[in-house]
Amino acid sequence: MNESAHLWLIPLFPFLGFLLNGILGSRMPRRLVSAIGVLAPLISLVLVLSDFGATVISAASSCRGCGQVTALALPAVESLSYPWLAIGALRVDFTFVLDHLSAVMLVVITGVGFLIHVYSVGYMRDEPGYARYFSFLNLFLFFMTVLVLAGNFLLMFVGWEGVGLASYLLIGFYFQRDSAAKAGKKAFIVNRIGDFGFLIGIFLVLSTFGTLSFGDIAVRLALSPSWSGPVLTVICLCLLVGAAGKSAQLPLYIWLPDAMEGPTPVSALIHAATMVTAGVYMIARTHLLFDRAPIALWTVAIVGAATALFAATIGLVQNDIKRVLAYSTISQLGYMFLACGVAAYSAAIFHLVMHAFFKALLFLAAGSVIHAMGGEQDLRKMGGLRTKLPVTFWTMTAAVFAIAGFPPFAGFFSKDAILYAAFLDGTGGKLLWFVGLVTALLTSFYMFRLWYLTFMGEPRSQTDHHHSTPLSMLVPLVILAVLSVCGGWIGLDRFSAYLAPAAAAHRPMPTGNPALEFILSIAAILFALEGWLIADKYYRRKTERPAQLAVALPAGYKLLLNKYYVDEIYNTAIVKPLFAFSKFVLGGVDLLLAGIAWLLAGIASLTGMILQRWQSGNLRSYAAWLAAGAAAVLLFLLLAGSPHAWSLSFFHSETIFKVSHITVIQTGQAGH
Amino acid sequence: MNFLQHDVPLSWYLLLSAILFSLGVVGFLIKRNLITVFMSIELMLNAVNLSFVTFAYQWHEVRGQIFVFFVMMVAAAEAAVGLAIIIAVFRARSTLAVDRIDLMKL
Amino acid sequence: MHLILFFLFAGFCLAGAINLLLQTHPINSALSLIVVMTSLAVLYLLLGAEFLAIAQIIVYSGAVMVLFTFVVMLLNAGREERTLGSRAASRVGFPAVVVLFAVLATIVLHVQGLGAAHLGEGLSNAPGQSNLVLLSQVLFHELLLPFEVTSILILIAILGAVALAHVEGSKMGRSERTAEK
Repeated sequence: MNESAHLWLIPLFPFLGFLLNGILGSRMPRRLVSAIGVLAPLISLVLVLSDFGATVISAASSCRGCGQVTALALPAVESLSYPWLAIGALRVDFTFVLDHLSAVMLVVITGVGFLIHVYSVGYMRDEPGYARYFSFLNLFLFFMTVLVLAGNFLLMFVGWEGVGLASYLLIGFYFQRDSAAKAGKKAFIVNRIGDFGFLIGIFLVLSTFGTLSFGDIAVRLALSPSWSGPVLTVICLCLLVGAAGKSAQLPLYIWLPDAMEGPTPVSALIHAATMVTAGVYMIARTHLLFDRAPIALWTVAIVGAATALFAATIGLVQNDIKRVLAYSTISQLGYMFLACGVAAYSAAIFHLVMHAFFKALLFLAAGSVIHAMGGEQDLRKMGGLRTKLPVTFWTMTAAVFAIAGFPPFAGFFSKDAILYAAFLDGTGGKLLWFVGLVTALLTSFYMFRLWYLTFMGEPRSQTDHHHSTPLSMLVPLVILAVLSVCGGWIGLDRFSAYLAPAAAAHRPMPTGNPALEFILSIAAILFALEGWLIADKYYRRKTERPAQLAVALPAGYKLLLNKYYVDEIYNTAIVKPLFAFSKFVLGGVDLLLAGIAWLLAGIASLTGMILQRWQSGNLRSYAAWLAAGAAAVLLFLLLAGSPHAWSLSFFHSETIFKVSHITVIQTGQAGH
Repeated sequence: MNFLQHDVPLSWYLLLSAILFSLGVVGFLIKRNLITVFMSIELMLNAVNLSFVTFAYQWHEVRGQIFVFFVMMVAAAEAAVGLAIIIAVFRARSTLAVDRIDLMKL
Repeated sequence: MHLILFFLFAGFCLAGAINLLLQTHPINSALSLIVVMTSLAVLYLLLGAEFLAIAQIIVYSGAVMVLFTFVVMLLNAGREERTLGSRAASRVGFPAVVVLFAVLATIVLHVQGLGAAHLGEGLSNAPGQSNLVLLSQVLFHELLLPFEVTSILILIAILGAVALAHVEGSKMGRSERTAEK
């Protein structure tokens, strides 16, 4: 079970792809660039699948240990350690750990990543900067795999920061566009705020546990099963800040809609399927800490539910196809956080996987639509595309049904599991369950709105230049559609059984009730259906109603359209004061430093001017100073030569002679 | 007669050496001609030689005198080189006044 | 006898030194210095350093001072003038030197354990161990290396002097013409 040699190969190939495409890419033909760019994730995928297969087999065969907690609560299947930091008592290694949780994540990352790479070959065919695109995409894969494989907080943070960097590079891919550059900066800075919280959390972990390795922390926690102090709550809250920044939860979600400035496959990969799920993964990975901090866990749940609802409301009226999908992503991430908040980590990861499938599909299909429309992204100008883009239409339909939560599509199973777990979690949980239900309705509504506006009805704009969609774009769509349909059929039970060694909650879980679950799922389906019907009414049958509503409720409409003016609030409350303060400090500090510099320079030049007079060039003054110096030396020798200066014993001729004798004798000795 | 048979205390020799040395320093500082300054230096050296010989006598140590011998040799060499320098300076500046030879001024 | 000789020649020394300071023409100062050197030679004799006395006369008075005299006459340096600089120097210099002398005198007079000099008594009274024999024994046995090194030093000094005083490719008369300007 310990062929630990090839864990490092998984991140290696994307890294090599990054280097090759980055350094030599501009000189290579496009085919070679695509080949390298696509081959790297493919090889990683193959490696991951072989490892995954091994873990599945081992899990199935040793299922008697499933769900039980042993002293080593995170059974690592393979691990690979190189020493890294050894400072005093701190020991941090380059530890890659593959266990069930990271195996699942890796399958998603490399699998969906590979499909998106293939899609990009077709989508980015006519774009300049082709090699740069693929090298950054591979760089992202490298860092994401490092993040997931990391066996300690520090290495995970390296991956964390790295994916943030890759995200910045890719959002600002069209850097000549001012909005794209600004969006990249915004993403990076907001992420940084989250990372600050994450770092504080890491420091606290280090000071509390003395180690950063997940395995060691698990061991330590297992040794004291009932310890749950305030320090753990603070740690978890700090980690939550980091997760909220990376996974675009309230209040740090503002970067994700702007991140749609990047190319659509980037949005699919990074801002739907993988990077934004890093926060969820991180909470699942450190769930042992969260299990012992109920307050923090509640905060996670509330943040998740609130974000889900909030983002869904904004998504109702957006007119850019990618913006709708962005807010949808934020909303679904809220669901995952909600799941983590009620300690249903397996459900959260399950939804993560399902979401990766259908959200990536949604984005890729949207990309196909945009590609066909020649770059047009406004929903109001689309329409009637179902006949013109049949493959895209059918695949996107599958995705829309999946995200709305209709059985037997993928989203139903995972969303249902989350809502069920929320409902079971006490009275507060029931409130959260209701919020989730309403959000499901809203989700269904805006997704079907998008569907109707894009594909149904009559074409609202004349686009005669239809590029036919290349095969490299269609095949991933189909594969993802199949997964969106069938992915959920694994079922939560098998999934959580598989994940149990890594992600089972360590706190008393409420007992389930299959009948209750059935009733709740019926309720969810009904709400989703209602959403569809409302969308149907407004966007198929009475298409003039939305405009009328907007006129009737202008304030509400404007509020939603402008995203509750959150960006503007942040700007005036935080950004502008910060700038003013910086200017002030700059002015003040500048003045201070200039003053100090002037003072020092003044002293130096003044001293120089005074001492310059000494260099008179006058031989006689030189002679005088020479004599004075000699006299001083003589005095020093006389005084220092004996501790009782000026006592009469000093004037014994012996001493005087010794001074002169020494020189004589030295020359004498030299002769020997 | 008794008075004339007295021996000379060695401290008087040392005192004489001190006086000569001081006079040499005075000349070194106040004289205006470069050669005269150099001569004052020679005077200082000689004063020190006298003191060495005195102490050699005191301790019956011939090495004191050998040191004087070496001093003489070095002083001779130094006089030669120094005077050559003075000649070179005179050729360049056409003056031997110490105050006029101030090319080292910044 | 010793006392008379001491006073006489010490007086010559002092007179010569003071004259060196008081004279304005360098040639007078040079001649005064010769007087000082020679008197010092006698004083060395009184202290039993015969070899040094002769060496003083031959080397210092006979060679070094003659060299000085040559240079003075070669460069034809005239009388000194009084300038601002020299006035300031004498105002600062004299007091400083008085202080210096005071310090030295205090030291000298407080030294204990100094004896007195006998006429005719040298460094050792052993027969066959005259001053010269003693000196050469030490010089050529223990201090041979410094002796040789000093001779090399003199060689270098000669070379240096020649190089410094050399006139680049001209007749000897040029330096005289320069001096007459």
